[in-house]
Amino acid sequence: MPDSLPTDSVGIVTPQTLHFDAPITLACGQTLDSYDLVIETYGTLNADASNAVLICHALSGHHHAAGYHSMEERKPGWWDSCIGPGKPIDTNRFFVVSLNNLGGCHGSTGPNSVNPKTGKPYGPEFPVITVSDWVQSQALLADRLGIECWAAVVGGSLGGMQALQWSLDYPDRLRHSVVIASTPRLTAQNIAFNEVARQAITSDQEFHDGRYQDFDTVPRRGLMLARMVGHITYLSDASMGEKFGRELRDQAYKFGYDAEFQVESYLRYQGERFSEMFDANTYLLMTRALDYFDPAYEYGGDLSKALAPSNCEYLVLSFSTDWRFTPARSEEMVNAMIAAKKRVSYAEIDAPWGHDAFLIPTPRYTDIFNAYMDRVAREVGV
Amino acid sequence: MRPDLEIIQQWVKPGNRVLDLGCGDGTLLDFLQRERNATGFGLEINPDHITTCMGRGVSVIEQNLDTQGLGNFDDRTFDTVLMTQALQAVRRPDMVLEEMLRVGREGIVTFPNFAHWRLRWGLTLRGRMPESEALPYKWYNTPNIRLCTFRDFEALCRQKNIRIKSRRVVDGQHQNSWLARLWPNMLGEIAIYRITREET
Repeated sequence: MPDSLPTDSVGIVTPQTLHFDAPITLACGQTLDSYDLVIETYGTLNADASNAVLICHALSGHHHAAGYHSMEERKPGWWDSCIGPGKPIDTNRFFVVSLNNLGGCHGSTGPNSVNPKTGKPYGPEFPVITVSDWVQSQALLADRLGIECWAAVVGGSLGGMQALQWSLDYPDRLRHSVVIASTPRLTAQNIAFNEVARQAITSDQEFHDGRYQDFDTVPRRGLMLARMVGHITYLSDASMGEKFGRELRDQAYKFGYDAEFQVESYLRYQGERFSEMFDANTYLLMTRALDYFDPAYEYGGDLSKALAPSNCEYLVLSFSTDWRFTPARSEEMVNAMIAAKKRVSYAEIDAPWGHDAFLIPTPRYTDIFNAYMDRVAREVGV
Repeated sequence: MRPDLEIIQQWVKPGNRVLDLGCGDGTLLDFLQRERNATGFGLEINPDHITTCMGRGVSVIEQNLDTQGLGNFDDRTFDTVLMTQALQAVRRPDMVLEEMLRVGREGIVTFPNFAHWRLRWGLTLRGRMPESEALPYKWYNTPNIRLCTFRDFEALCRQKNIRIKSRRVVDGQHQNSWLARLWPNMLGEIAIYRITREET
């Protein structure tokens, strides 16, 4: 909880819920007749609506990207380090839109929303959503907000996949695509980690085939395990080593199997906290969306062919110790952009924090992000 | 305008696709984008330079020529591949030249002449490793690890069947001088070469 709001904060923000009545057809073939999207906006849309920036969230993210919901809130939004007055995504210049994606569990329509056809929560009946579906719903959101063309679509990790997909699905509706700590497709190892997470959830006795709400329970243990294994992949060996090393909670070994090492209790704490605020069906859905993402698939695996329609300029950033989506995966993307004769800039940022580095402001990351977004702002005249 | 930019600009046709190896802060590419409507990329490894490029709208890729080469660029994807004052800083200038003329139809290369009279003077009479405006480093901290003379470079081009389309010799301030034209390998400090493998 801040005593007073920092001067570079967007301040107190209030989410809005937008209702959409026109049916949306999804990649899986199913249709949602109506749905809600929860959004937050920061800054002011200019007269010609040219200064809008879309923020796409990652696996466990949501609409609350910057500022505080109240003076009592313990921490600001998840990307407050990069969004605010004078920050890389400068809210004095840009109109920033951040949403909770379809299938999420923070207010947008998802598995724990009520299905109007049955009067009960969708649960496991909620359709599997893809990155392309999200982009489609975000385009409909842009229509609603009167934004014909984004100055930039920005995202890290799964959010970066959306930024990339935008450039393929709506090439004339964005000027810049900023793809941070992302990948053009998951590797077998990435999918394997997702599968362990899903198995942890679905094998929890409280899961009840996804109908846990009917039983008034939550597969807490499964979610906790899923988050623990996920969390390990977000950090690096070095950052975990620096944070915890082999430190014990007490002085000596107890010759038992309770959490004795600090890293164990940290992971358990993170897992438990997560299991209290995240929906299990949404977790399954998000990890599946990650698995399925592969824009090159329809083009025989040739990403440069998939990129043909793209019309925007790209900024691709990777982090040296990210072993979830390694710099090599970003370079694969960059090389496909080069082969497709697209405009792209790329940097690999030295940072010790593994995949999570995209959320942590390091000097070089901030400098590059500032310089690039400053240029985007000048280009649209703000 | 810097005289070397002026010379290079004349060799880049409007709308050309350009690759700049070791593009620095992007001054040259920025200039060619504005004056020649050129498109393309710069490759750079210096973090500050990369940031400056991004801020001025020059597409820049963090890529190390020594360790990564140019394997990510297809054959003949550029009209011109530029390399200003960087040839002497790569580990294998001969292989970089090969790669330049694989990915581009034409190369423009500038480098300092190690046979300039002032450098010869320093080594011959003072017995010390030469320093000059174009080579302002000490022997132990210089990034310039592959110094050569104009004649060395031209010999390498002959050996590799690389045709020199033009050569302009300038002084340390990139100014044209009649002296440098008179006896380039002795009086010229920097040369700008335009090279190709294509027949005229």
